[in-house]
Amino acid sequence: MRVVAAMSGGVDSAVAASRMLEMGHEVVGVHLALSQSAATLRESARGCCTIEDAGDARRVADKLGIPFYVWDMAERFKQDVMEDFIAEYEAGRTPNPCLRCNEKIKFAALLDKALALGFDAVATGHYAQIVEVPDGQADGGVRRELHRAVDDAKDQSYVLGVLDSDQLARSFFPLGDTTKPEIRKEAAERGFSVAKKPDSHDICFIPDGDTRAWLAKRLGEQAGDIVDTEGKVWGEHQGAYGYTVGQRRGLGLKVPADDGSKRYVVGTDTKTNTVTIGTAELLGVNVIVGDHARWCGPAPEGEVDVLAQVRAHGEQYRAKAWAQGEDLHVHLSESIRGVAPGQSVVLYDDTRVIGSATISSTDRIKE
Amino acid sequence: MSRSYLDHAATSPVLPEVIEVMSAQMMRVGNASSLHTAGRSARRVVEESRECIADDLGIRPSEVLFTSGGTESDNAAIKGTLWKALQSDPRRRRLLVSSIEHHAVLDAVEYLVTSGQADITWLEPDSEGVIQPSELRVALEGRAAEVALISVMWANNEVGTIQPVAELAAIAREAGIPFHTDAVQALGQVDLGLAQVRPDLVTMTGHKIGGPLGIGLLIAARDQSPVPLTHGGGQERQIRSGTLDVPGIAGLAAAVRHVTQRQEAHAQELAQLRDALIVGAQRQDSTIEVSGYWHPGDVTRRLAGNAHLRVPGCEGDSLLYLLDAAGVECSTGSACQAGVPQPSHVLLAMGVPEADARGALRLTLGHTSTMSDVEALLAALPAATERARRAHQVSTGRN
Repeated sequence: MRVVAAMSGGVDSAVAASRMLEMGHEVVGVHLALSQSAATLRESARGCCTIEDAGDARRVADKLGIPFYVWDMAERFKQDVMEDFIAEYEAGRTPNPCLRCNEKIKFAALLDKALALGFDAVATGHYAQIVEVPDGQADGGVRRELHRAVDDAKDQSYVLGVLDSDQLARSFFPLGDTTKPEIRKEAAERGFSVAKKPDSHDICFIPDGDTRAWLAKRLGEQAGDIVDTEGKVWGEHQGAYGYTVGQRRGLGLKVPADDGSKRYVVGTDTKTNTVTIGTAELLGVNVIVGDHARWCGPAPEGEVDVLAQVRAHGEQYRAKAWAQGEDLHVHLSESIRGVAPGQSVVLYDDTRVIGSATISSTDRIKE
Repeated sequence: MSRSYLDHAATSPVLPEVIEVMSAQMMRVGNASSLHTAGRSARRVVEESRECIADDLGIRPSEVLFTSGGTESDNAAIKGTLWKALQSDPRRRRLLVSSIEHHAVLDAVEYLVTSGQADITWLEPDSEGVIQPSELRVALEGRAAEVALISVMWANNEVGTIQPVAELAAIAREAGIPFHTDAVQALGQVDLGLAQVRPDLVTMTGHKIGGPLGIGLLIAARDQSPVPLTHGGGQERQIRSGTLDVPGIAGLAAAVRHVTQRQEAHAQELAQLRDALIVGAQRQDSTIEVSGYWHPGDVTRRLAGNAHLRVPGCEGDSLLYLLDAAGVECSTGSACQAGVPQPSHVLLAMGVPEADARGALRLTLGHTSTMSDVEALLAALPAATERARRAHQVSTGRN
């Protein structure tokens, strides 16, 4: 097959590209320029798409003897990922931009352009596995399932839970069967200069990691009240959009609670610009409702037993789930904390990813 | 797969006689500034090369200064001449520069302006990419006394239009203002006639004409003494210090000799290929447009080796990739930022809408080009165009 290997300049995508080449595919390396003002040199583990990163990717492509190009997706990234990120926070939700990037950029804009140019698929350095299973049709065809990586600590199936079966049919994740330390070892054996390059973390377009300050620059500071569930005012904040359910730090409360207990954000309302605080017990939820449901294969029929995950590298919880059009209902077998609207809930059947939805509301019901 | 190299305007393959001359020089020792026998012998090579180049270009040897290439020569001419003018008259701080220059000129000017050292009046091209003499006259009107330098390139590196340099230089001379021209693309394809045109400062480089990389020329009339960018040993009339690159200089002289002796015939040969390419491409797809002035057979108003096409509904970088994959190497013509081609400032200045400017493809011919290169391009172009258009549709069609 003719495959575009998305090459960030990091160690994972470097090894992914070499593995695709060794499998016998015709591979072209493509680095995505996602920043409209790329910095010259990488300064920390955060940030991405510096000119140095593009150069690192180019050196790997040189070593592999494959063509290499930089594709400018900065405008699409800004519209579909960054502006969506801002709008979500403005609406009081906590989005995961990596899912949006996979859904809209890597496995949409990039994949579509690649297909139009005559490629058959896109390969990335994500830690996840694609498993081909018989599709049950008479012609003996196969369909592709998305599964967790063998390296549970690195597993990235959560951020891929937005891919539908058409996208999966055109995707390769050649690292899913290997652990990260082994990938680094392999990169070193292949003589890649990026073998020891630090992993990137956090949100690539917020290089200093200060999301609230980044948002404040774009949304402005808006003073509002911090109240408890009874409506009593305990303090002031500079914009409800900067707070996430489950958050404890950064509230700046001067007066302790009557009983001295720790207080958390239990709700935000960007319409009234209010942040509501309460005790840890108020954080527990066992019902999640999501919208924007996406299925990695056939949509589940009726109520199914699943494992639900609400954050990247987070724990999984037993649950019952059913779909209702674009909506998804998840009833957890136990109460969990820190579930904020805007996050994604990804459903698994053992290691297989069933699909995902964006959390629109949560609730707590007594069983 | 045999490959067709259609990017001579980026760099051209080194001529065999250049390799021969340079190899011989690289086996010798000697700093041209040393006083002993080896030094004298190196110096002799430098001076003979200088004389050879001066002879070929119709100028005096003392006007030939060796630099590291086009970018350095442009910077030295523009910054040095401005600084020199400011020394004698602080009001002489305006630069009149065409807006379609190479970035080596544009960015040097931008630096001088943003750092508060100069004012700028941009000279705009017409829709064919030509800076008309009237444009310069208007810009000069009433403020010749504040102008430090006029700079208009001899031939544009993207769209290949040849500027009316003789007329522009005459206007500058009449106004008593130094005139600089970047002739990097023109050398070897255009009959320069420096003795008649008499520009005060000219930029040239080796690697566009089959000479070595890393060596260029600043031709500076004897009455020009731009303030140097680098200070040191005082070589090259104190204008460009630094140990002279003897093999590079010898190689450059060999290349200049080769291209100036063959210029007329070479231009005719290239124009035939260029015209076959343009006609062939437009026959395949009548929506393809040529940027800048073009008339079949003409070698005086457009570079003989430049075909600049705009393919509507495409991104130039998609075309570039698809042609590269099909064995044809070319360029989008415009500058890159971190590997991403930017919409061409030249096309925009010519009034081409930004969407059209994105589908630009620059195909440039040189001394190794043959009709089979043109045929290879024409064979690969239809499929590339079709796919690039599809890619453009999916990337602009929102879902």
